[in-house]
Parts: sequence; C-alpha cells; structure tokens
Amino acid sequence: MKFRILAYLFFFVGIADLFIKIFYGNIFSDLTEDYYEIANPILVFTPVLFFSIGGIFLKESKVSLTLENFGTSRIKYYSPQFICLSVVVLIFLFFTFNAQMNMENRGIDFGFGFLTQEASFDMQFSLMDYDGQDPYWWAYVVALLNTLLVAVLGIIFCTIIGVIVGIARLSPNFLIRNSAAWYVEFFRNIPLLLQIFFWYYAALRALPLPQDASPLFGVTYLTIKGYYMPAFIWNNLNIFLYSILAAIIAIIFIRYYANKLRDNEGKQIPVFYISLIILIILPAFTFLAGGVSLNFEIPVLKQLSATSFIYDGGIAVPPELIALTLALSLYTATFVAECVRAGIQGISKGQKEAAASLGLTPNQVLKLVIMPQALRIIIPPTTNQYLNLTKNSSLAAAIAYPDLVLVFAGTALMQTGRAIEIVSITMLTYLSISLAIAALMNWYNKLIEIKEK
Amino acid sequence: MSKFTFLKSDRSNIQLVLITGTFLITISILDVFLNSFFRLNLISFLPSKVSFLTPFIIGMIGLNLIRIEFSGNRFLDTLNKNINTSNFNAALTLLIIFVIFKAIPPSLSWMILDANISGDTKEACTGTGACWTYIKVWFRRFMYGMYPNEQHWRINTAFLLVIGLGTFGLFATEKMKKFLALYYVVIYPIIAFLIIYYLISGGYFGLEWIETGAWGGLSLTFIVSFFCLIFCFPLGMILALGRRSNLPAVRYISIGYIEFWRGVPLITVLFMSSVMFPMFLPEDFFMDKLVRVIIAITLFEGAYCAEVIRGGLQSLPRGQYDAAKSLGMGYWKMHIFVILPQALKLVIPGICNTFLALVKDTPLIFVVGLAELAGMLALAKTNPKWLGFAMEGYIFAAIIFWIICYAMSKYSYNLEEKYKTDR
Amino acid sequence: MFKLIKQFTSFVAMVAVLFAFTTETMAAKKSKTLKNTQKKGFVRCGVSQGLPGFSNADASGNWTGVDVDVCRAVAAAVLGDANKVKFTPLSAKERFTALTSGEIDVLSRNTTWTLSRDADIGLTFVGVNFYDGQGFMVRKSSGITSTSQFKDGISACTNIGTTTELNMRDFFNSKGISYEPVAFEKADEVVAAYDAGRCDTYTTDKSGLAAQRTKMSNPDEHIVLPETISKEPLGPVVRQGDSVWEDIVRWSLNTMIEAEEYGITSANADSMKTSDNPAIKRLVGAEGELGAAFGLDNEWSLRIIKQVGNYGESYKRNIADPGILPDRGPNELWTKGGILYVPPAR
Repeated sequence: MKFRILAYLFFFVGIADLFIKIFYGNIFSDLTEDYYEIANPILVFTPVLFFSIGGIFLKESKVSLTLENFGTSRIKYYSPQFICLSVVVLIFLFFTFNAQMNMENRGIDFGFGFLTQEASFDMQFSLMDYDGQDPYWWAYVVALLNTLLVAVLGIIFCTIIGVIVGIARLSPNFLIRNSAAWYVEFFRNIPLLLQIFFWYYAALRALPLPQDASPLFGVTYLTIKGYYMPAFIWNNLNIFLYSILAAIIAIIFIRYYANKLRDNEGKQIPVFYISLIILIILPAFTFLAGGVSLNFEIPVLKQLSATSFIYDGGIAVPPELIALTLALSLYTATFVAECVRAGIQGISKGQKEAAASLGLTPNQVLKLVIMPQALRIIIPPTTNQYLNLTKNSSLAAAIAYPDLVLVFAGTALMQTGRAIEIVSITMLTYLSISLAIAALMNWYNKLIEIKEK
Repeated sequence: MSKFTFLKSDRSNIQLVLITGTFLITISILDVFLNSFFRLNLISFLPSKVSFLTPFIIGMIGLNLIRIEFSGNRFLDTLNKNINTSNFNAALTLLIIFVIFKAIPPSLSWMILDANISGDTKEACTGTGACWTYIKVWFRRFMYGMYPNEQHWRINTAFLLVIGLGTFGLFATEKMKKFLALYYVVIYPIIAFLIIYYLISGGYFGLEWIETGAWGGLSLTFIVSFFCLIFCFPLGMILALGRRSNLPAVRYISIGYIEFWRGVPLITVLFMSSVMFPMFLPEDFFMDKLVRVIIAITLFEGAYCAEVIRGGLQSLPRGQYDAAKSLGMGYWKMHIFVILPQALKLVIPGICNTFLALVKDTPLIFVVGLAELAGMLALAKTNPKWLGFAMEGYIFAAIIFWIICYAMSKYSYNLEEKYKTDR
Repeated sequence: MFKLIKQFTSFVAMVAVLFAFTTETMAAKKSKTLKNTQKKGFVRCGVSQGLPGFSNADASGNWTGVDVDVCRAVAAAVLGDANKVKFTPLSAKERFTALTSGEIDVLSRNTTWTLSRDADIGLTFVGVNFYDGQGFMVRKSSGITSTSQFKDGISACTNIGTTTELNMRDFFNSKGISYEPVAFEKADEVVAAYDAGRCDTYTTDKSGLAAQRTKMSNPDEHIVLPETISKEPLGPVVRQGDSVWEDIVRWSLNTMIEAEEYGITSANADSMKTSDNPAIKRLVGAEGELGAAFGLDNEWSLRIIKQVGNYGESYKRNIADPGILPDRGPNELWTKGGILYVPPAR
C-alpha cells in the first residue's frame, strides 16, 4: 500500500515536470526558433525517469510474484534492466552530443521553423492545389496525399489480382492452376525495384508520342507522356454522394433484417441482388429528379510546337504513377494470392462435406461456411502485405513520381539542408501509418477471433 | 451458360462426338498456331473481327461435344475433369492456350532467333532482336562492378571460402553439434568479416587496396547480403530473447526497437544512413559509405530476423522450458543448451526467407549511390557507346535475380517440408 | 548538469585556443583539413557522376575536366603531385552532405553559388571557375527557336534539388505559362527521359546542356535556345570553419586564372622565373614568401601552373577542344572582354 502511494507521487511529479516544461519552458516557441538545445537529454529524460520509477513501484506486487515464479532475487531482477536502460540512454546521449557538436561547428541550426518557409519548387502531379509559393508543410501534406493515392490504388488492384490468382491456384483445371503458379513464382522472385525500372524505363518509354497514339475506348489515349482520360464534370455532386450514402445505409438495414430473418425463420432473401439494385437505382434516380448531371471533358490534341503535342482538357495520369501502381500491384498480388490460397486451403475438408451433407448448394457453402472461416485466416497476413505495399511505395524516389520521399526527403532536403529534421519527419510518418494499420488489425483480430472456453 | 449444350453427348454416341470434338479442337488450336508461328492465315477469307473469334468458337464447340460425364475412357475422363468441367472452364483453357501461342513466337524471335551475341561493339548488333553482345561486353562489369579485372580472383576465393565455412555445420560431428549455435552466432561472423576485409578490401599481405567505391555488381549484392545476414542473426536472436523476457524494461526496449524498424521503409533507412549518420558521429570519425549502408540494413533486417526467431522460440513446447528449469538450469544455461539449438533448427527456413528478402532488397542501395547490379545497369545503359539497350539489360538482370531467388525459395521450401515431417 | 559540462568544455577550449594564438609564429597556422590531407597523402575531391568537360571518367578510370583540374591544382599545391587526388562521384542529393560530413574535402561539381547555400548549410564557396546561365534545350524538329514560343502544357525535364528547378519555376511563372515539371535524381535519367520524348524540353546550366548533348543518341538533333534565364556562377565549395583550407583552395583557383593573365603556361613556367615582372616572379615562387601564409612551401603556385596549366589551357583541353563550348563567352579574362578578374597574389 505504501508503494502505491509512492508510485502515484512519482507519477504526479513526472506529469508536473512535463507540464512545466511544455507550457512554461517555452519549448514550442523554441521549436520554431531553430534553437537546437531542445535536444538536451536531461530536459527530455527526466519525466521519463519519474514515470518509470513510479511504474516500478506500482507493479511492486506483480514483481514479487514474478520473483517467486522465477526464483530470482531483486538484484537479479533489477540489475539487467538497469544495465540495459543505461546502455540505451548512453547511446542516445552519445549521438545527441555529437550531433550538437557537429551542428555547432558547421553553423547549422536545428529547428522546425523551415516548415513555414516558401517551397519555391513545383510538383508535377498533385491532388490538391499546390504552387511553389506554398510553405514546406503544405508540400509535405500534398506529397503525403500522393503517397496515399498510390497506396490506395495499389491496394485495390493487388487485392483484385491477388484474389483471382489465389483462387486460380486451387482450380482443378491443370492449365489455370499452373499459369497462376508460374505468375506467382515469376513476379515474386524479381526484386521490386527492377520491376519498377522495367515498367517505367523500358515498357512505358516504348509508348507512342501523343500525336501517334490511337484512342482506347474512343476517348482515352495511352501515350509516353501519360494516360489521358476524360474528366468528369459534375453538377450537384453532393446530391449524388448523399444518394450513395442513403443507398449504403439502406443496404445495411436490409442485411440486418435478412440476418434476423435467417436466424429466426430460416428464410433466405437474395440480399446481394437487392443491394445491387438499390445501389444502382437510387443514384440513377438523382440523375433524373435530383438535378445531378455529368459531363465529360474529352482530351483534345493540342499542338505545342512542330513536333510536340499534348492532350488538353481531361485528366492526365502521369506515366510514373502508372508504372509505380502496376509494378506494386503485380508484385504484392503474388503475396496476397499466397495468403488467399493458404486461407482457403486451411479450412478442413470436413467443413465442406458437412455443409454439403446438410443440403447446401456449392454457392451457399462458399458464402456461408467457407468464406467466413477463410477470411479469418486470410485477413491478417493480407493486411501485412498492404502495409508492405505502402512502405514499398516509397520506391517512387527512384522514378520521378512526387511522393513523400521524393518531394520531402529529396527536394526539400536538398534545398534546405535540414537532414535530421526532414528524415525524422518522414520516418515518423511511415511509422505512424504502420502502427495505425497494425492497431486496426489487432482490433479486427480481437473482434473475430474464436473465443475458446 | 452452365446449362447450354447443343448436342447431348453421352456414352451412346461417344465415337461420333469424340471424333468430331477432337477434330474441331485441333483445327482451332492449329489455326492459332499457324497464325502466330508461320503467319499463315487459314481463314483470311472472313472479315477480321469474325476471324479473330472463329478459332475460339470452334474450340468451344469441340470441347462442348466431348464433355461426357462418365465416358469410361480414362484419358477422356481426366481431361474432362481437368479442363472441361463447365463452359467457363473450357473458355478459360482455350484462352490460355491461345495466349501462350500468341506470346511465344515474338518473344522467342526477339530473345533468341533474331538476337546477336557475337562481336564486341554496337555495330555487331545488326538484327532486330535482342543485342546480347551488350551483355557479353559488360558481363564482367555487371558481375564485379568497377573492380580491376586482374583482381577478380580475390572476390571468387573470398566467396568460396565464406560459403564453404558456412556449410561447415552440415559436416559437424555429433560432439561438435553442441557448439553449432555458438559457431554460427559468434565465430562465423567474425571469420567471414575478416576474410572479406583482408581479401576483398586488401591492403595487407601484399594485396592491393581496393576502395569500397569500386566494388559493385552482383558481387556487391552478395557481399552486402552476406554481411547483413550474418550480423543481423545474432542481433535478431538477442532481440527475440529480449522480447520474450520477463523483465519489463528489456521487453519494452525490444518491442520498441522491433516495431520501429519494421514500420519504416528501407529507403528512408538508407537515406538516414547516408545523410544523418555522419552528423551523429564525432567529427574526425569517418565511416565508409558501404559500412554505413551495411550497418543500416543490419539494424533494419535485425528486426525482421527477430520476429522469425521469436516464431521459432514460441513453437517450442513449454515442456522443454519446464524440464530445463526442473534440472536447475538458469536462464542462460537453459537457453544456450536446450532452447536455442532446437529453435534455431526450426527457424532455418525462415532465415532463408529473410536472406531472400535481403537479396531482393539490395538493389535499393543503388538509390544511395552504391553501384550494385541495378546501378551497373543504369551506368551501362547511359554509356554513349551503348545507348538504347535498356531492355536487354533489364531482362538479363531479371533472369539472374530470378534464378537465384527461385533456387533459394525452392531450397527453403524443401527444408520446411523436411522439418515439418521431422517432429 | 550536462549543460555545465558543455560550458566547461567550451571554456577550456577557448582558453586553449587563446593560448595557441599567443604562442603561434607567423608561419604556422593550424588547419585540420590540411593536416589530414597531408597525412593521408591525397586530396578527397567530390565530382559529378559524369559530365563531359567538367568531370568525366574514361574507361580506365582517369578523370578529366575543368572541375577536376581545380582539385588537381589543390593537390599539386599541397602534396606536390597533381595526381594525388581521390575522386568521389556524387549525385546532386549527396553532394552537400558528403562535404559537411567529412567524406570529401573539396566539392568541385559545377555547383551554383547562392545565398542560401553559402549561409545556411555550413559551407563556403571559394570562388567561381565557370560563369554560366540556365538555358533550355529542344529538338530541332520541334521548330522552336526561342523561349517565347513555349506554350501552356509544356513538359520540362530537370534534376531535383538544384537551382535549376527553382529558376525554371520562376521563369514559367513570370511568363504565365503552365508547365509540367518532370524531375529526376540522376542526370542520366533526365537525359534519357528527354531523349525518349517524355518531355519537350531539357533545362539545366547551358554548359551542362552542351555537355549532355554529346551523350544523346543523336546530338545534332538538339539545339540550345539562345535565352539565358538565370545567373549560375559555378565554383568549388569547402566546409565552413577551416579558413586556411578555404584560402588554399581559393588561391589555387586564383593562381590558375592569374597565370593566364600574365601569360604563364605550363610550358614556359620555369623560364618565367627570370622574368622582369615582379608579379610573375611572385606567381612562380621566385620571389616572396606567399606559401608560408598557408603553411606551404614557396613552389606551390609553380607546381599548379606546371602540372595542371593555367585556366585557359584547362578550358581549351577540356571544353573547347572536344567541341562542347568552343566560345569561352564570359569565361574570358577581363582584359580580353570576359569577367574573370581575380585579386592579385601578393
């Protein structure tokens, strides 16, 4: 009991220390004033020290139990931890001290004030308005959006291809099974960087010049300068989006109702077809009655000079994005295919046989018995692969796609010279994305795990 | 579509449908075959759109005809069950066969038939196919980078020695098997490092000193992969043990390390090593670029190795731990003599996979300026005397990497199968 | 407490430096870089990854170019042999960090001298060895003969992280033209993209344009447009904080230029020892004690001129004779209509 009081006392001291440093220690204003002594280790580590001492006292009862279980003494319990901690702290101190000495000698400052400076470079492709006069932090946000765009596109395509190939791997058809196997073996064993180089430097460079390109589907053009598509021009887009939202809510309600009906009375209603119909009819209705209209802006050939043409109007998808998405999807799809295959193969045959003996049709067996169980096995490693895809999208630095690494840790770093700050921000960004997805997956796992008694 | 047949085939008219069906299938495949290989168009009298679909339709009809459920003919039955179970399946089969036939002749002619391999200069590539002369001339550069030609024997001997010592574990006698873990974790890294340092880097014993900037090509890929693997293995083991430890400080430090390095992409780690590392070291202490890159990759892969080894440690039954403790063994004794030898045997396939991932990740060091195979490719393709051969270079690199990675993945798969049946 | 330790250490260091100052003689100045270079036996020079005329390696690994000659001049002055240089090819991204981290001691990589680079990142520019400007290159077949003919939607290839990227933006913005920047990291990739037709124009320093044109598949197909859109003074860079080394590099470059001004070439340098002009005699080390100011012997400038040549010889050998830029333009002596004017060596 005494220990608990001591623990709470230390916690309080730690929190007070932290507060005082944050609010009264002018830390934040120093951050923008390029004041490098912010990295003063004592400043940073005292709250941590207080918290850890408090934690030790709090767990004192559990510590006694551990000691009894493992037959060690307090000294043997605390000394290795103390040694480890001090080694880690010493390493950090060493690095920080050297960094400060070096920066002082060279006259370089440490601080995040450069983020508000004008960027003065343009980006080839951005989802939001970006001009060279915007500050560096806006360049960071736009570049991050570019990265997320590649990640989302890659995830969509790799899931589609991966699921198809994974199911094909289990097909009884000899040809299909082997083609899928060779696809997986081929694309998995070639390094991703080489695949990106191949697609960008060899394949996409062989595309025709804009004036020589013949249209695909009549209105889109695949050229060396990019893929030109018609742009959608919406009128009253928000009404359309509301209708889609309403359709989704309706579908959720219908599914819930259908589940209840199935549980109570054993009747099945064709939920899939009903949802499809609602999803199509409701938005289409807004076209007729809601005042939503859609126009297309078709790309038109424009001559810039005697030999150079581009397509004006419409959306231009840069070839860098195409190459990156293609390479990433094809590469990650092989891993997703393996996950899907492992998932479906992991369901014991007894499940299929039992379901068949109950009189379910093959489609119903797949939908009601196999897929729910298989998803449990498939989803965790697949989420891991999505994470890998997001991290691999940083390879855009090797081709000229303006994603986070190329714009921020490339151009911005070269123009401002702030190596430590910029590289740390980039690494922290990727780290947060990874941790967020990992946390999400852990939550999903806990949700669907089989609760054994 | 699944219920659409237009001639009921069953055992009664098996002769008729078999002959007609096979005839139709053969015609359709032959048509595509002749079209692509010999550019003969048998049905050119039909308009182009129809002639494109004709082989497909004829083949579908043929397959439909021979789809008999239980014909009694074993060959026919296996064929039907395999590729002809439904119309959809038949369509897919035909499409795959057509795609194969349409894709092979152009690639074959480009790669082999029209290609050039003789000669020494760009003028020797006269054909329309691939210019393998380019690969032949640059082969030594691709393999060894800018290393001087006369000194290549040093790299070869170093690799042979390192691989030989690595496979030492296979030939160990029973008595020495106890020390295998110690050998691989402590002794082997040191010896391998010394071999590479003295042989390849040189400067002692009369060997010329070659700076690390001149190392390159595939040999650099392997040097980096080897070094990183043999150093990240001990690191991974320590981290895995730390993560499973009961001491909270040690456990949280290990978890923090592992989650940090697994959450960042390798390219940012490499940027950090080339741009930030120099700031963190004292002013006069200068580390070679290659050393910095190897340290960065080792720290990075150590986290992945730790997860693999932790998987192995977790799969050991608790009985081993309990039995060791009941014999009075302490933490370290228990791990060195009981747990680790068993766990390490289990994780060998996982380590092979990590090595595979390492080899596939090494081309990234090209982005920070070290010219391994991808870097030598980029250098070669912009050489003014050899412009325009990017495709051959990439295909060559792809083939080399594919052979190496495929062999290793097959090997680790076999190992996994072998150890699965072992328990 | 940590702060106290640091303060105490800096106090002790200050006292030590003061002590060193009071006991130093006029000849001995301390320069860590100079000491390290003499100990290592070679000058560590950062150059480009292959720019004909400025720093380019041939098949056997010999480097030539005007930037290379600056480093060789420093080696001749400091170590006595112009060949004692280790060249490190660097991309635009790593060039500054390689210098600040200590991997190289001199960066001679046609780097533009700008305010932010001089003041902000711990570097010092020691002079200009090539006055240049940024220009555009287009294909002859496009029919464009001037930048005023650029239209909206034009795509321009360049290197990331260079002044070129920023200047390009300023130029297009001032003209109100919307453009698509395609920026690669390595110069070779930029050239390849422009050559393949990915972009309509390639922009960098005009000397770079002329040099890279020789590496294209069909050099005669491309022209450099006449307009110059920015000032690009290219020169060598050293780390901030070592002023003796700074002076050595600065005055090695100045020696080469001043030697041409007085007509001293590598061929007649020895004979100039008996010249009547005291300025010439000082340059060839026959008079005065100029080398002592850096801690070098008196033949330092003579060695530079004999082993590397004067500026004109270097230019002719590397840029004019291979046909890259036969016309020296502003890179001519001030007495002959150019703007090369260096302080006198006395």
